[in-house]
Amino acid sequence: MTTTDLGNLARIGRWRLPRRHVPVLATFALLLVMYGIGVSQYRAFSDIQVVFNAFIDNGFLLVVAVGMTFVILTGGIDLSVGSVVAMTAMVSASLLQNGLPAALVLLIALLIGPTLGFVMGCVIHYFEIQPFIVTLAGMFFARGMCNWISNSSIPITDPFWTGVAQERIGDPRGNFVSISVLIAFAVVAVAAYALAYTRLGRNVYAIGGNPQSALLMGLPVARTKIMVYTISGLCSAIGGILLSFYTLSGAPLIAVGMELDAIAAVVIGGTLLTGGSGYVLGTVLGVLVLGVIQTLITFDGTLNSWWTKIVIGGLLFAFILLQRLIGIRKK
Amino acid sequence: MSEVRTRLAAASGQRLFWPLVVLVVLIAANTAYRPSFVSIEVKDGHLYGSLVDIVRLSAPLILVALGMTLVIATGGIDLSVGSVCAIAGSMACLHISQAADQNSLSTLFTALGLALGLALVAGAWNGLLVSVIGIQPIIATLILMVAGRGLAQLITEGQIITINSDPYRVIGAGYWLTLPVAILIAIAVTLLIAVLTRRTALGLIIEAVGGNAEASRLAGIRARRITFLVYVIAGICAAVAGFMITADVSSAAGSTAGLWIELDAILAVVIGGTSLAGGRFSLSGTLIGALIIQTLTTTVYAMNISPQTSLLFKAVVVIVVCLIQAPAFRARFARRRPPATPTVAAAPQKEQVPA
Repeated sequence: MTTTDLGNLARIGRWRLPRRHVPVLATFALLLVMYGIGVSQYRAFSDIQVVFNAFIDNGFLLVVAVGMTFVILTGGIDLSVGSVVAMTAMVSASLLQNGLPAALVLLIALLIGPTLGFVMGCVIHYFEIQPFIVTLAGMFFARGMCNWISNSSIPITDPFWTGVAQERIGDPRGNFVSISVLIAFAVVAVAAYALAYTRLGRNVYAIGGNPQSALLMGLPVARTKIMVYTISGLCSAIGGILLSFYTLSGAPLIAVGMELDAIAAVVIGGTLLTGGSGYVLGTVLGVLVLGVIQTLITFDGTLNSWWTKIVIGGLLFAFILLQRLIGIRKK
Repeated sequence: MSEVRTRLAAASGQRLFWPLVVLVVLIAANTAYRPSFVSIEVKDGHLYGSLVDIVRLSAPLILVALGMTLVIATGGIDLSVGSVCAIAGSMACLHISQAADQNSLSTLFTALGLALGLALVAGAWNGLLVSVIGIQPIIATLILMVAGRGLAQLITEGQIITINSDPYRVIGAGYWLTLPVAILIAIAVTLLIAVLTRRTALGLIIEAVGGNAEASRLAGIRARRITFLVYVIAGICAAVAGFMITADVSSAAGSTAGLWIELDAILAVVIGGTSLAGGRFSLSGTLIGALIIQTLTTTVYAMNISPQTSLLFKAVVVIVVCLIQAPAFRARFARRRPPATPTVAAAPQKEQVPA
C-alpha cells in the first residue's frame, strides 16, 4: 500500500466514519507506514514471517493488553499485570517441577490470577481506595510471591509444555505460527465479542463514560467493576501461561515493567485513559506497533535497545496529542 | 475511663495517628528482635546506628516523596521521577568522569548544574503537558517515565559509569557535624518546602488548585502556573535524590538508578494520609510514610528474610495502612461501635477519581 492510499484512507475516515474510530485508523496508518519503511529499507522485512514473528514474540503481551483494555475502559488501571504474569509462570514451573499433572497445573495457574483480580476489584469498589494504589499493592504481592517460590529460574521439562512450545502450525520450514498465537487470537476474538455484543461489554462502556449515570440507570456497577479486574487477572494468567510456553521456564524477575508496555499498547491503540471509549482491535494494533518497532530496531542493528523506549515514549506523546486534537473528549 | 476513650478516639481521628502507630510498631518489633536496634553510638566523630542508617537510606525517597506530595496535592501524579533520578545522576557522573581532575570543586558544580538543568527541562516538559496541553497527569508523566529511562541509558551508553570523585561522594555517603550529609540535605529541603508552603500562601494555593482548578482560577489564582511549578519542583527534588543515589555507590547505571522509586514515593505520600484525589497535603505525613517504607525494608534485611520477599511485606503494610485510613472501611466498622466518635465524621470526601 502506498502513502497516497493512506492519505485517502485517513480523509475518508474523518468524513464518513464516527470520530471515535479516528484514533484506531491513525494507529493502523502508523502501522502501515512503519511496515512500509521496514520493507523499503530491508529486503528480508517483506517476508510474511516477520509479521508472524511479531505475533509469536508478543502473543502474551497481546493477551495482557486485552485484559488491560477492559480495566482502562471503565476508567481504572491495573498495575499488577506484569507481576501476575510472572507469578503464573513461576507457579506453573514450580508445580510441574514437583511432578503434578499438566492439566491440574493449568487449572491452578489459571485460577490464581482471576482470584487476585477479584480480591483487588472488591477492595477497589467496596473500600473506595484508588485502583492505582490497590493494584500497586497487588503488583508488590505477586512479585513477592515469585521470589518466595524461588530466587532463581525454574526450567520446565514437562512433555505437554515442551510439545506446545515446539509445535509449529503451518510449514515448519517456511511460514508458521505457534499455538500461543492461536490462543491469543481466540482471547482477542472473545474479548471483542464480549465488549461489543454482550451486556457486560455495554456496562463497561457505560461505567467508563460516567459511573454516576451508570449507577442511576440501575446498571450493576459493583459487579461490572469487580468483573473487569477479574478479567484482567484471567488475561494476565493466560499471558503467564503463554510466556511459560515461550520461555519454557519460570523466573522471578521476568515480565518486569510489562504493565507499562500493556498500558502503552492500549493508549497507542486509541483507548481513552479516562475510560468509555476504545476498541480491542485498537489494542491489537497497538501491540503490533510495539512489535514492529522492536523488529525495526533489531533489523537496523546499529540502534541500541534503549531506543525502543525513547521511540515508544515519543509515540505515546504523538497519540495523546492526536486524541486531544480531534477533541474526542468533547461532549 | 470514658475520658481516656474519647481522647483516644480524638487522637485516632488525627491524620498522623495511624501512620505513627505503624512506624512505632515496626521499630518496637525490631527492638524486640534485636535490642541493639535503637542504640546510637559515636565512632570517629560520626553517629552510627540502625536508626541513623534508616534515615540516611530514606533520604532520597524523602526528597522524591516531598516533590510528589505537592504534585498529588494539585490532583496530579508524577510517574517520571525515577527516570529523572536516573537522568540527573547519569549526567552528573558522565560529566565528572570526563573531567581531568575529578576531585575539583568546579567540576562538581558544573556537573550538578548541568544535571539540575536537565531535570528542570524534564520537570518543565511534564508541567507543560499537564498544564498547557491538558493531558491527564498519569499519562503525561508516563511518557517521560518510559522515554526518560531510555534517555538515561543513552547518556551512559548502556554502561555503568564509575567515578572517583571525593566531593561528589560526600553528597551520598559523607558526614558533617557527626550527621550524614544526605540526612542534612533531606532536612534542609524539607524545611525549605515546609516554609515555602506553610509560611506563605503557596500551600493554600496549591490545595485550592487541587480542590478545584477551575474554581481557583475564577478566584484569581493562576492555576496553570501553579500546576506547572509543582512538576518543576518534583523534577528538581528527583534530581537531588538521583545525586544521592549515584553518589552513595560512586557510579551511575541508567537502567537501574532510581528504578521504581516513583512507586515507593507515591506509597509514602498515600501512607502519610495525602489523598490521591488532591486538594490537601501533609508534608509530615509524607516524611513518616517514607520512614515507614525504609524501616520496613531494613527490618526485612535485619531479620534475614530474602530481600526480594520484602515486597510481600510491603504489600501487606500498604493495604493495611490504606484500609485503616479509607473512609468507607472505617464507616463499615464505626457503625458497629456506639456513636462516641464524633471526630471521625470528617469532612465529606471528594468524589473519587481514577488514579
